[in-house]
Amino acid sequence: MEPIRVLLAKVGLDGHDRGVKVVARTLRDAGMDVIYSGLHRTPAEVVTAAVQEDVDVLGVSLLSGVQLTVFPKIFALLEEHGARDMIVIAGGVMPDEDVVELKKMGVAEVLLQDTTPDKIVATLKRLVTERGAR
Amino acid sequence: MKTRYVPSTELLERAQCGEMAAIGRLITRAEGNVEEIRSTLSTIYQRAGRAHVIGLTGVPGSGKSTLVGTLTARLRTKGQKVGIVAVDPSSPYSGGAILGDRVRMSELVLDPGVYIRSMATRGAVGGMARATLDVVDILDIGGFDTIIIETVGVGQDEVEIAKASHTTVVVSAPGLGDDIQAIKAGMLEIADIHVVSKFDRSDANRTMVDLKKMLTFGAMTSAGTGWQTPVVGVSSLSGEGLDELVEKIELHREVARSSRGDARRRAIATFRLQKTAEHLLVERFTKASASAVPALAERLSRRQGDPYALANELLASAAASS
Repeated sequence: MEPIRVLLAKVGLDGHDRGVKVVARTLRDAGMDVIYSGLHRTPAEVVTAAVQEDVDVLGVSLLSGVQLTVFPKIFALLEEHGARDMIVIAGGVMPDEDVVELKKMGVAEVLLQDTTPDKIVATLKRLVTERGAR
Repeated sequence: MKTRYVPSTELLERAQCGEMAAIGRLITRAEGNVEEIRSTLSTIYQRAGRAHVIGLTGVPGSGKSTLVGTLTARLRTKGQKVGIVAVDPSSPYSGGAILGDRVRMSELVLDPGVYIRSMATRGAVGGMARATLDVVDILDIGGFDTIIIETVGVGQDEVEIAKASHTTVVVSAPGLGDDIQAIKAGMLEIADIHVVSKFDRSDANRTMVDLKKMLTFGAMTSAGTGWQTPVVGVSSLSGEGLDELVEKIELHREVARSSRGDARRRAIATFRLQKTAEHLLVERFTKASASAVPALAERLSRRQGDPYALANELLASAAASS
């Protein structure tokens, strides 16, 4: 099977990237191709990169509390590019009620701060398997 | 969420209109060696051939990605659409990869005239991935005028890029004097243009002098084309030298496109043909020989035969079962 391609992105005014780098390393060690966006990206930059790289999974790490403004923009942009089939996941620290909101929007999974590395890997593999060939 | 599987033929038409997502998906299928795309790749190859392909190589940390970024920005001011294929290594242990070249090109992301695609080597040696040249063709039919292949950070022997690009740029960073010694057998020979990167550094001139001196030991011009390999100092930080680099690239493109580039074009075709045949051969052999490998390996580890004899047995059994 081909390696799963993942873009890990940090959006907006959020300089904390230790978590996302640990996740990047974890996914790499699980045999995935991981692209990291770098810090302080806009939703447009992230979506353009995700579409050009045609990733299976777009993972957005947020520790700044702006998830409810960022994800609607991301979905709108994916729609614009005709890439609404991309699996979008959220990671970071956020309130439970936001998790519910994000899932309603179409975020496939929200991986909070206590998620184990094994669980992250298993979740991505499951989501990609469920999606099927593309 | 199951979505419709869009046939590659349909993606091709959309890619030719420059649709980003269609280009992206074609690349994924080419990289994944999906059976369904093979006939479309054949069409793509026949329609491609318009773009100028620049191969950019150098040791790790020499500033390749940064230079690709600044060079691309400069080419954009001249109205050229630029495709970038950035290759990074896969882990030999997990097969996974961190593709980090994009981070250094972040200013270009929102420019619709630039397409950046990262690729992992997935076990391929030589500085490129198996499907790198298919990706170049796809970007070519997607309307990109110049396509830059950035190889993995290479050592001495990864010189395949010279047989895959029209213009090969070798990047050397200052302060790595020993490395210049080390690369002189391989990489110095393949350069059409030498770049000394980080030219804002005080020791950069020294590297330039070393390189120029080294070049005078060899043939001053490459056989047949009369091209004299220039050494250009570039600072991506200040922009110094970028105009000169673009000018040299354009000059070399003229040479490559003229009849003086005939030999190079044949070499590129030969390389592509042989490399593709090699992949097909390995693919078939791996499939046909898989079942015979464990028993033969067991005998080899018990020293009940030598590597050559048992390898010949393996070849014979693969031939019989294919």
